[in-house]
Amino acid sequence: MSKTTYIEAGRRALAEEMTRDPMVWAVGEDLGRGGVFGQYKGLVEQFGPDRISDAPISEACIMGAAVGAAMAGTRPVVEMRFADFALCATDELVNQAAKARYMFGGQARVPLVVRQPMGIWRSSAAQHSQSLEAWYAHIPGLVVVAPSTPADNLGLLKSSIRCDDPVVYLEHKNLWPLEGDVPEGEHLVPLGKADTVREGRDLTIVTWSAQRFTCVEAAEALAQEGVEAEIIDLRTLWPWDRDQVLSSVEKTRRLLVVQEAVSVAGFGAEIAASVAEALHPLLAAPVKRLGAPRVPVSYAPTLENQVRVTAEAIVAAAKSQLTPAAA
Amino acid sequence: MNASAAAPSRGSNLDLPRLQEAYHLMQRIRSFEELAVDAQKEGLVLGAIHPSIGQEAVAVGVCAQLREDDLLLSTHRGHGHTLAKGADPLAMMRELFGRQGGTCGGKGGSMHIADFEVGMLGANGVVSANIPIAAGAAHAIKLRDEDRIVACFFGDGAINRGPFLEGLNWAKVFNLPVLFICEDNAFSATTRTSSMTAGAGAAARARSLDIPAEEVDGNDLLEVEAVAKQAVESIRAGGGPRLLHCHTYRMTGHTAADLAAYRPQEEVEERRKTDPIQRVARLLRDAGVAEAELDRLAADARAELEQAYQVAKDSPWPDETQAFADVQDVGDPRERAF
Repeated sequence: MSKTTYIEAGRRALAEEMTRDPMVWAVGEDLGRGGVFGQYKGLVEQFGPDRISDAPISEACIMGAAVGAAMAGTRPVVEMRFADFALCATDELVNQAAKARYMFGGQARVPLVVRQPMGIWRSSAAQHSQSLEAWYAHIPGLVVVAPSTPADNLGLLKSSIRCDDPVVYLEHKNLWPLEGDVPEGEHLVPLGKADTVREGRDLTIVTWSAQRFTCVEAAEALAQEGVEAEIIDLRTLWPWDRDQVLSSVEKTRRLLVVQEAVSVAGFGAEIAASVAEALHPLLAAPVKRLGAPRVPVSYAPTLENQVRVTAEAIVAAAKSQLTPAAA
Repeated sequence: MNASAAAPSRGSNLDLPRLQEAYHLMQRIRSFEELAVDAQKEGLVLGAIHPSIGQEAVAVGVCAQLREDDLLLSTHRGHGHTLAKGADPLAMMRELFGRQGGTCGGKGGSMHIADFEVGMLGANGVVSANIPIAAGAAHAIKLRDEDRIVACFFGDGAINRGPFLEGLNWAKVFNLPVLFICEDNAFSATTRTSSMTAGAGAAARARSLDIPAEEVDGNDLLEVEAVAKQAVESIRAGGGPRLLHCHTYRMTGHTAADLAAYRPQEEVEERRKTDPIQRVARLLRDAGVAEAELDRLAADARAELEQAYQVAKDSPWPDETQAFADVQDVGDPRERAF
């Protein structure tokens, strides 16, 4: 084990996979200078400008070209700069990448990874702050991954690059400097496997991406008051680890889903509905979701803070589930 | 475009066997589409089909310059390109009928025909979407240091979508081996393209990006062949992308169900005189090929496709379990509420 940042773990994952497989290459705006956040720093010196390729500001073409390059035998890693900008490439991702294998009757494979830095990052406002994972989880053909720790960013990016299907890979911008223990040698995290961050008997909190850490903070506060929350970080949203979530809720009989995204039609709704459908007779309290209100993200901190899910809100929601009157 | 018969001077150095082969292929494409239109009337073709009747010289003239391992991206109006690239018409007819043994196992239909065995990486139901994909396939070829090229067909309507500009720019800045073919049939679905397009069209737009571009009479097989040959040679030699703007005319409506009442019948009759198949027939006659031989080639094409029609009609539907196959490697596609 060694201490590594989340951003460095992603860089290492790409370097390792490019070393292992000469067909892996990365393409996106500004990659030759290390990428907008420095996620690609040093890689052009190591692999050259053909494999760490700059691109015009043409998100649709970056994605569309990656689809063609993947169908023609390479494994592109596509950088979208901000998850918000990937919306310029929606046809290419949803109608092309996600559909090619199926609609051509299995003749095509589209092994591409599209990295979409997501989430609220102080004062970046409405077009650089969104969490749009639910859009992609809705699309057959796509794998959706949202790592939260440096070790997971290493292991999940490597698994995503090796995956033969298109993967939407959502790194949270606020996590870039986060340090954590990362294994020294080959480290792969399987797609579709959740991580039980903390065990507890009283309620299950299901979350993903940066909210993992807010949930941990809340769970520590709850523990002070004798409430033991179990936290599950999904890590992969499609396919999500239904078995692990259901067996946890069977134990705790309470579910709270915590997401940074707008709560309305967010991926948390899928978890909440699935658990309610499967386990309703067992539940000691109604399932509950926390997420952003249905407003765009603001610029001014006092406004931006209104959409953040805080540890205090999580504590309050957890307590309400433990209070019989709320049930 | 001057749509008169080919200049007589060409007759002297015609490659007759090759021209007869091209004539036969054009007749096969025509028969395929005429039978597909019939099949739709009979309820055998279930979804929309977009015939390229009248545009066969573009598909045949360009694809004749490609190798089997070259790649092809096509459009919703792609039967001709697909057949010209060497796909099996029976598998294609089965696909139109949604049957087992179709090129895509019945999952795609006419608008998503693909045959990767012959380098045909798919028709596309989204106008212009195949242009960046073609650029990307060419990018892969360059990264893999191969000498293949990519041919990308699209219509005149496609040049008004952003991916046209983005894809051409991409191909040029990365100097990629791709031939863009604008098959200009004068209509964007049911709208006359000239009424909705600023400037001089596909070739002019390509030239503004320093991509060499030529305009040709797309109903003149020999002209398409000659210009495409030169373009393909240049691209294969590392010369970067090129564009052919082929002027042709869509003899049918946008779909087989569209009667195209929005254009005068006299215009259609006038354009019928420039039918690319009849122009090749005239060339062959002028070169001394007997009428009986032309009839034989046409009848042979028709018979082959009639048989494909019958076999496709008698082919079984896909097994229902196939609805859940080839979605993705991870996750259960059947996952749904309990």
